[in-house]
Amino acid sequence: MLARVGHDGKVLAGGQSLVPILSMRLAAPGHLVDVNGVTGLDGVEVRDDAVRVGALVRHAGLERHDAAATALPLLRQALHHVAHPAIRNRGTTVGSIAHADPAGEMPAVAVLTGAVVEVVSARGRREVAAADFFLGPLETVLEDDELVEAVRFGRLPAGTRTWFTESARRRGDYALAGVAVAVRMDGPVVAQARAAFVSVTPVPSVLDLTPALAGRTAEDLPLDGVAELVRGHVDPETDIHASAEYRRVLVDALTGRALAAAASAPDPAAPAAEGAA
Amino acid sequence: MSEPVTEQLIEITLRVNGVPRTAAAPARRLLSDFLRHDLGLTGTHVGCEHGVCGACTVLLDGDPVRSCLLFAVTARGHEITTIEGIGDDPAALSPVQQAFVECHGLQCGFCTPGFVTTITAYLDEHPDPTPEQAREAVSGNLCRCTGYQNIVRSVLRAAEIRRERAGGDDR
Repeated sequence: MLARVGHDGKVLAGGQSLVPILSMRLAAPGHLVDVNGVTGLDGVEVRDDAVRVGALVRHAGLERHDAAATALPLLRQALHHVAHPAIRNRGTTVGSIAHADPAGEMPAVAVLTGAVVEVVSARGRREVAAADFFLGPLETVLEDDELVEAVRFGRLPAGTRTWFTESARRRGDYALAGVAVAVRMDGPVVAQARAAFVSVTPVPSVLDLTPALAGRTAEDLPLDGVAELVRGHVDPETDIHASAEYRRVLVDALTGRALAAAASAPDPAAPAAEGAA
Repeated sequence: MSEPVTEQLIEITLRVNGVPRTAAAPARRLLSDFLRHDLGLTGTHVGCEHGVCGACTVLLDGDPVRSCLLFAVTARGHEITTIEGIGDDPAALSPVQQAFVECHGLQCGFCTPGFVTTITAYLDEHPDPTPEQAREAVSGNLCRCTGYQNIVRSVLRAAEIRRERAGGDDR
């Protein structure tokens, strides 16, 4: 079907980004291919190395999924910031990745977790690493006849703590800036630290903060060094909501907060003995 | 895109407020327009038409969704609850409607159907919200009159009324 309509077609899943674009006449595809009736796309599967999310899983469904949240806490941490509940009830996590909006939370989570995008078409299947999937704002490597069938978010190594935070004018609106972090602790000190950003880079990409943070404790994070790395990585734009400079200052502050929250959090693997979920 | 669109009509059947309703509409018809124009249920209001204001919020299988971001054909076979289904009798207001009256949670009333549907579903899942949670619950809906304080009060009052009507069963 997608092959038949070609470049004039667009896949409709949750529609929470696509329908506003149509309503504002920013795009006028000749055909919409509604995949909501396709069976087998609405599953969440927790595997040893990944959490596999099907194309029709709504943000709200993934957010409520306890096994997924235990296996990869960053999913729930980030999903809580995706728009408003009424939007999360309809919008799909995989759709927001295929949409590739730099202001989207889940593309950043995808790159930070080393996710794999499962792509299907009448020609066959292929898998694309999240790091190679995004080409630019709203642009991906997907061909006209291809559908993202699922995304496998990679589970993080033992000892890794994550956090997600963002700032918006109104809770649930597009973030002025946001950040997801993953900090692997070796006892009390940082062994590895990485971050991915929302609304301040044209495509989501991972920044390695390990050089600034390795060997430091949660109480003693050298945030000046972090800020320098962050400023060298992000490339925000000015719009009516905030200037580029404000976004730079904001994302520095948010990154510091997220790192502190992650580094001082208990080991997510540890509380299993107490039966906590 | 360049040639004139000849629109084929599709028979669309939804359960709306417990009753199967059928009308013929083009595939491009939004659920909000389908409810208002094709089914005559004008209680669902249309504000921004791109998912920001929340005025058009209805319940899809019990969960709040923006009816302006959903095509009517996609909702086929689903259960839709509109403001009319929550309460259309002034003598028998729902707990949320009663709370809006008592707390002055509305002025012009345009945004109110979206608030009432959103809050009704929220309280089903969170029967005893804190003031902070009540504020977050309505963060996806815009109101240009009240300044929101009385709407937040209405959420908390509605939770009380629900408990009162449940016969003092204070769980």
